[in-house]
Amino acid sequence: MTRKVYLDNAATTPVSSEVLNEMLPCFNLLYGNSSSIHSFGREAAAIVDRARDRIAAAINAKNANEIYFTSGGSEADNWAVKGIAHAYANKGKHIITSKIEHSAVLEACHALENEGFEVTYLPVDKYGLVSIAELMHAIRKDTTLISIMAVNNEVGTIQNIKTIAKTAHENGIIFHTDAVQALGAVKLDVQDMEIDAMSISSHKIYGPKGAGALYLKNGIRIDSLISGGNQERGKRGGTLNVPAIAGFGKAAEIAVRDLVINQQKLRSIREYFLSKVKENIEYIHVNGHPQQKIQGTVSISFEMIEGESILMLLDLEGVAVSTSSACTSNILQPSHVLRAMGIEDEIAQGTIRFSFGKNISKADVDYAVEVLTNAVKKLRAISPITKAGRR
Amino acid sequence: MYNKKVLSIFENPKNAGGMKGANGIGKVGNAACGDIMKIYLLIEDGIIKDAKFKTFGCCAAIASTDVACDLIKGMKIEDALKVTNKQVFEILGDLPPHKIHCSVLAEEAIKAAVDDYYKRLEKEKKASDKKAEEE
Repeated sequence: MTRKVYLDNAATTPVSSEVLNEMLPCFNLLYGNSSSIHSFGREAAAIVDRARDRIAAAINAKNANEIYFTSGGSEADNWAVKGIAHAYANKGKHIITSKIEHSAVLEACHALENEGFEVTYLPVDKYGLVSIAELMHAIRKDTTLISIMAVNNEVGTIQNIKTIAKTAHENGIIFHTDAVQALGAVKLDVQDMEIDAMSISSHKIYGPKGAGALYLKNGIRIDSLISGGNQERGKRGGTLNVPAIAGFGKAAEIAVRDLVINQQKLRSIREYFLSKVKENIEYIHVNGHPQQKIQGTVSISFEMIEGESILMLLDLEGVAVSTSSACTSNILQPSHVLRAMGIEDEIAQGTIRFSFGKNISKADVDYAVEVLTNAVKKLRAISPITKAGRR
Repeated sequence: MYNKKVLSIFENPKNAGGMKGANGIGKVGNAACGDIMKIYLLIEDGIIKDAKFKTFGCCAAIASTDVACDLIKGMKIEDALKVTNKQVFEILGDLPPHKIHCSVLAEEAIKAAVDDYYKRLEKEKKASDKKAEEE
């Protein structure tokens, strides 16, 4: 059997055993509807309360009632962008975001544009950083919301969130951040960072899929997402997914508890991986910020070859990675993130995202690099693009 | 998303690589769209004796060019020009909808290579005519 190495933890992570143990009783023993007032319901409600407390603590929210459970990061992003924009539409209809946001934010903005809102998409520099000067320049009297991601999902660049939030508040603007890739990778303190709204997700931090949350600071208005029940303070109706929420709460607690040790481990794995890749493969570019980055995600462009074919050759040898390119979707253009960073199309097309998990071993890295080296060699041998004139 | 046939051709393309002495070379596509295909032909007496390729692109692009080379080997030039993306697609069995353009590009690469062969012939003819005139 082929060895299996999973290097796509930015896409999703396995549920950790601690988390699974937290979830299991919620399926068949503590199965009440958390909205029911009898003992079964109260038990379930207590589980939800504990998860809410854990998540509030993980991000240092002032009050647990500022955590609204959703089905995941995309729902939280959509809700935050559309719900806040709508709630403040009488004040203004201009929103600022960046060109490198997750599609959940970008598409929510496009939907608002169709309704008559105006959206400014800020450029980024070659490392993927939003410039504060550009942001200040984009602010208008009718700007109501700024939404900038904390950590980019493709290249791992960390934005200057605190400065962006301050800039927003100096101008009386609400600040939302998509922190799906940041939770567990960087310290998140919504009070210290002055964040008004923040999207997070469970399955990126060894929790189950189907759970996420929107942190919404008390006092910030938002349109209700789902009518029909008084769950989540009447903002998002529907019976709560108690097992997933319980798992998410535990996962968030562990993510913060183990943040430093995980990042230390991932830093050494990253350095080991990069040194081995550079030793074996020429004509590569490491994308993202050299320092201001999370440790688990490495984006590399391999010149003269295309990303999806690299991905498939690795997959045939049991190594799972992801392309940054949109080649797997029906958009044939290279990734919007790499484009915004000014990376030329031909190089952007040859980009692979490697995202490491906390359980990776050096032997896994050795195997992955061996397979990668062979794949790159094989594809370059049949590439019509030549080395002529390359560094 | 890819069937086994596409994957196995992609993994071991028989016709991958350049060709010394090719007398028809066609290149189509661009890096922005993610696919560049180059087909090399060796044509003798109007017959395609050999066909090779080099491709920058996804699995579907690499498999499509390999199949295109297989299809036209041994064919008369006129017949090779009649090869369509449908034939490439049928041999592959199936392609995801947004990858069908790869089979279209393979058809175009064949035509571009044959076109190059004719251009070379014409150039040679002109050169030999000129030489004859001078003599």
